[in-house]
Amino acid sequence: MDFIHFMIRNRDQIFTATLEHLWLVGAAMFLAVVIGIPLGIVAARRPWLGKPIIGVANVAETIPSLALFGFLLPVPWLGDRADRLAITALALYALLPIIRNTATGITGVDPKIRDAARGMGMTENQILIHVELPLAFSYLLAGVRVAAVLTIAIATIAAAVGAGGLGEFIFRGLAMVNDQLILAGAIPAAALALATDFILGTLEKRYRFAQ
Amino acid sequence: MNDAPSTQSAIEFRDVSFRAIDGPVILDHLELAISPGESLVLLGRSGSGKTTALRLINRLLEPTGGAVIIAGRSTLDWDPVVLRRGIGYVIQDAGLFPHYTVERNVGLVPWLEKWPEERRRARVTELLQLTGLDPARFAHRYPHELSGGQRQRVGVARALAADPPILLMDEPFGALDPLTRGELQKEFADVQTRLRKTIVFVTHDTREALLLGSRIAFLDAGRLVGIYTPEEFLHATEPVAAAYLAAFRMGDSLLK
Repeated sequence: MDFIHFMIRNRDQIFTATLEHLWLVGAAMFLAVVIGIPLGIVAARRPWLGKPIIGVANVAETIPSLALFGFLLPVPWLGDRADRLAITALALYALLPIIRNTATGITGVDPKIRDAARGMGMTENQILIHVELPLAFSYLLAGVRVAAVLTIAIATIAAAVGAGGLGEFIFRGLAMVNDQLILAGAIPAAALALATDFILGTLEKRYRFAQ
Repeated sequence: MNDAPSTQSAIEFRDVSFRAIDGPVILDHLELAISPGESLVLLGRSGSGKTTALRLINRLLEPTGGAVIIAGRSTLDWDPVVLRRGIGYVIQDAGLFPHYTVERNVGLVPWLEKWPEERRRARVTELLQLTGLDPARFAHRYPHELSGGQRQRVGVARALAADPPILLMDEPFGALDPLTRGELQKEFADVQTRLRKTIVFVTHDTREALLLGSRIAFLDAGRLVGIYTPEEFLHATEPVAAAYLAAFRMGDSLLK
């Protein structure tokens, strides 16, 4: 009961922190989608480019998140503002699942369908836009879903570089050995992750086509 | 076109060879002329090069030697997209787009060619009727809601959509059960006599070749063994063709 009272008393702060969190995640996801999908398409079209692209994204993924924030700190323009820094780091994490799933989705299109499309005189761009991307769409969404859930969790670390978000409560709670504070950050973050997972998962099922 | 002879072939293979990169020779100096309106069957066992020959026609493959001439021009001189829009293409299992309804699948090439919607819709209805599918029942279904035979009918309708003068068919009925296959073969033979397209039909099924071909080109290991009318093919003396026929007759004699 104490905890619920605590949440209600601090609802304004929690709400503000949630909005900050969503801003970090939303901006990072936007960047990751805008960069990741074209890279995934390139990786699918040109396998020799695909290997290095996915390799680099893989490396970014393996850097511990706290260390990645640290590495980016001295970078001139990025290090100037905490949210810039956090968004960049989060986007880097989100990139791999998006690139990989876009590429897998496109290369997974039944070769017969691609063959029929070419044979009927569709241009490569028409095949990409009207055949490959729609058929790869559920894969692509699965990548976005995994990336979004991951980013929501990792974004709590962004508080360590002063970018705000729900991590603020967690870090403060850790410092003050206060469980209620930790939960005030962790529960909304978990709820955001679950909601995102559910919404994107539902969309994903809607766009799955029997091939 | 002043250098073209008056009886121009619709499709002509001039000393065509094809080999995959660093791979074996798949087609070996093929010479073949296909007249407008005829229905030529490429017959042979798996690996004889018949599908490769077909894919050279709509430039899904490019010859590594010689030239494939369509309407007086080498396929390499055609814009591949323009060339393919004028050539219907039907493959085994139809290769329909699973995210499109039957109507959109059939109307694909007219849509690519930017036909007005009215005309497109009328054409789709006409083609579904021609291929024996009730437009009211089937136009709005998705491929996964159709049987194999129905999908193949849609595949044929799609290939005919923009009324191309040439139709390429790569074992279109190969994946169907014998009964459905028989039905579709018979109906297709009717459609063919009505439409008078130039058809190149790939199959390994002798019965199908005899039923649908006005001529049969028998291929073996990338070489053209001979060109026959169905009647002539039944009496072919070339060893490989005769062996192929013997196997066919043996299957037939089991029934007697």
